[in-house]
Amino acid sequence: MAKNMSEYKVDTEKLHKLGDYMDSLERGEGELINILREAQEIFGYLPQDVQLFIARKMGIPAAKVFGVATFYSFFTMEPRGKHVISVCMGTACFVKAADKVLDEFRSRLKIVNGNTSEDGMYTVDTVRCIGACGLAPVILVNGKVYGRVKPEDVATILEDIETDENMHSEVGLQQ
Amino acid sequence: MSNFRMDLLVCGGTGCQSTDSFELAEKLNAEIKAAKLQDEVRVVLTGCFGFCEQGPIVKVMPDNIFYVRVSPDQAALLVKEHIQKGRVVQELLYEEPETKQKLDEQSDMPFYKKQNRIALKNCGLIDPENINEYIAVDGYQALGKVLTTMSPAEVIEEIKKSGLRGRGGGGFPTGLKWEYTKKSDADIKFIICNADEGDPGAFMDRSILEGDPHSVIEAMAIAGYAIGAQKGYVYIRAEYPLAIHRLKIAVEQAYELGLLGKNILGTDFGFDIYLKYGAGAFVCGEETALINSLEGGRGEPTVKPPFPAEIGLWKKPTSINNVETFANICPIILNGADWFKSIGTEKSAGTKVFALAGKINNVGLVEVPMGTTLREIIFDLGGGIKDDRKFKAVQTGGPSGGCIPEQYLDTHIDYDTLGEIGSMMGSGGMIVMDEDNCMVNIAKFYLEFTVDESCGRCTACRVGNKRLLEILTHITEGEAEMETLERLKDLSQIIKDSSLCGLGQTSPNPILSTMKYFWDEYVAHVKNKNCPAGVCTKLLKYHIDPEKCKGCTLCAKACPAGIISGKVKEAHVIDKEACIKCGACEKICKFGAVLRK
Amino acid sequence: MSAIKSLDELKALRDKYKSSVDLRDSGDPESKVRISVGMATCGIASGSRETINAIIDEIRKENLDNVAVVQTGCMGYCYAEPIVEVKLPNKEPVLYGKINAAKGREIVSSHIKNGQVIKDWVVERTGC
Repeated sequence: MAKNMSEYKVDTEKLHKLGDYMDSLERGEGELINILREAQEIFGYLPQDVQLFIARKMGIPAAKVFGVATFYSFFTMEPRGKHVISVCMGTACFVKAADKVLDEFRSRLKIVNGNTSEDGMYTVDTVRCIGACGLAPVILVNGKVYGRVKPEDVATILEDIETDENMHSEVGLQQ
Repeated sequence: MSNFRMDLLVCGGTGCQSTDSFELAEKLNAEIKAAKLQDEVRVVLTGCFGFCEQGPIVKVMPDNIFYVRVSPDQAALLVKEHIQKGRVVQELLYEEPETKQKLDEQSDMPFYKKQNRIALKNCGLIDPENINEYIAVDGYQALGKVLTTMSPAEVIEEIKKSGLRGRGGGGFPTGLKWEYTKKSDADIKFIICNADEGDPGAFMDRSILEGDPHSVIEAMAIAGYAIGAQKGYVYIRAEYPLAIHRLKIAVEQAYELGLLGKNILGTDFGFDIYLKYGAGAFVCGEETALINSLEGGRGEPTVKPPFPAEIGLWKKPTSINNVETFANICPIILNGADWFKSIGTEKSAGTKVFALAGKINNVGLVEVPMGTTLREIIFDLGGGIKDDRKFKAVQTGGPSGGCIPEQYLDTHIDYDTLGEIGSMMGSGGMIVMDEDNCMVNIAKFYLEFTVDESCGRCTACRVGNKRLLEILTHITEGEAEMETLERLKDLSQIIKDSSLCGLGQTSPNPILSTMKYFWDEYVAHVKNKNCPAGVCTKLLKYHIDPEKCKGCTLCAKACPAGIISGKVKEAHVIDKEACIKCGACEKICKFGAVLRK
Repeated sequence: MSAIKSLDELKALRDKYKSSVDLRDSGDPESKVRISVGMATCGIASGSRETINAIIDEIRKENLDNVAVVQTGCMGYCYAEPIVEVKLPNKEPVLYGKINAAKGREIVSSHIKNGQVIKDWVVERTGC
């Protein structure tokens, strides 16, 4: 039987939103990937309790949900940083030294283990070919594409993110 | 309808979008409005022109002037000079690298001269978000033709006769696939469009979906009519947001006009299309894995036979074709199988779209007849190697393909010839490498990819590829012996023979082909502990050329290990034993005195 | 938008929208009629925008395909603006001067449709 929502150690409001989305779909396991996509959209990642919630609501084993969530690179079980920097690791980017760009980000943000900086501000990961090979090496910063990135550009890109951040917080103060 | 006298076609593909083509289109619109020309001149966002290297691209019609690398700031200049004064803006024209000549017309450019566009015919010509423009260029006429004048068997016969083979990699005859699916007895059948373009470095399917989504929708309906399916699924990568967006719009518009749904064009035939998103797994390009993923599970392949043509999605007969294959269907129906067969080679009819990338001048998409040589593609269309470096190899077929060295540049490529030289067509990615690329390292890159993407179902692929990667890592770190190379070759062969699906059966190809053609490089890594291309960090040795060193002391200050010694204005020396090979000295030296070998 | 119920309706729709993408047909430039209108500052000042739009309108009305109307810069005949040049396939180009909207329409019906050069409006070429 489905548990009461408050028993899950995640934001109840978000959980309701996910529940509503699931109710809007046809029943059946065929929708599992779509549900996980939506869940990640809502929560930013897939916490264990969210997976449990999905499994119970769909009436399928939690192992199945976990199996699918771990299979696809799109899903993550770790909370992500406020800013997500994805370095494309397609072949075209690789032969143009995308790995050096990745190293530069990691070392500047002092990320040693995992993908997220200690302060939780930045996540640096790799992404499969996004098909913008003409601009290799390519990175995505919060979803926006930057092309022809050199390791030397990394410092400027990080500064840009911070400037944006400060601007937004100033605007926030004024309101 | 206003009488427009001029169209500014702005490339709205992902490549150009990331170089601000949307902003450019907005600015152009604003400038045109400011000049009160909005009833005469129109800005149209089109699909990819293929010339991504030179984006954003603006083509002015009917003047037929082709502008490259137009930044949003130059919108005002373009409107003022070209539109208001009728003068071609010289500084925005493409300059041919060899002759330094400015070329104004697209057809003059070597990049476009040898192309023959069938699958990409509407990319860069029409607005993909406007179904009327597709209809204006004979859109949905092929569907109309088959529904009113051809029987399903005749459609299949026509496709079989055309010699069209699957453009996704395997090269299986499309007509045969349809025939098998048609013959399977079942109440329900499915059409799947494989838009999970997973080969890194291949982006033709994305460009077709972004530039001409209706051509795929129309072809899926035709396929449905031919095999007796009423439902189609597009399985598309989540990494392609723009393609998803355009496809969604196209499907909606097709429904609005009754070109999808029930009773299409007043006939009894009905067809529905649904979008399903991939969640990032390379193996899902394999048919059975894709079906498992569509059903909501892990995208693991199953043993074939039974083939999807017999038992596919939800256990029903299913035909799976890739995007580029579908894009060829309507032209074949409209122009006839004989026309299509007259293009290309005997066993590989038609054209193929290749995605040129890597160390090449004109990165982009080209569509050429089968049988074009690699040299023509890389040097004539691709404009040769970047920065006048020397060509070393071209990798085709993605992680399943191989590296082709210089001596095979004159091969007339089709499905069979590429297989003969140890590579494969794959989906058509072509990554060009120069002398600065280490081939062992490239093989290692591909193995990292396959290890990451192996679904883990069969041992040969799951464990075998991991061992291959370990061996390659040993080689690049100078810890391998000559017999290691033998083991590498043996294991590669075993994995090829014993893996369950196409991923494992082809994953050692990058190793085998580089070992075959670049054996010397492997030997250099193993015997001399040296990376000839200067890539493998652990094998690098930095030293300072005493002739060039001016004794500026910059490198000594930059060295994090503090192992560079020398007095001011005297040649410095690196302590090779203590060097951590970080490259800081090389980066900072202004005289090019730090050498890497 | 309403649903298309037959192939004939689809064909009618194609013919309706065809002209909107005709501009983009680069085709074989040699086999096309090319009308160039001088659209530099002096041309526009003398009304060449009205001329070019009238010509395009006339061509659409008469359903003439195979005609490209393009604008060019200053041709050096500022005294005779608006300037219109007509180039039929395999023929020498003909240069008309002082062509207003009405004259532009007449050029289309006489010269383009019937091949009759309107001699009174022709400007003599000077030099080069």
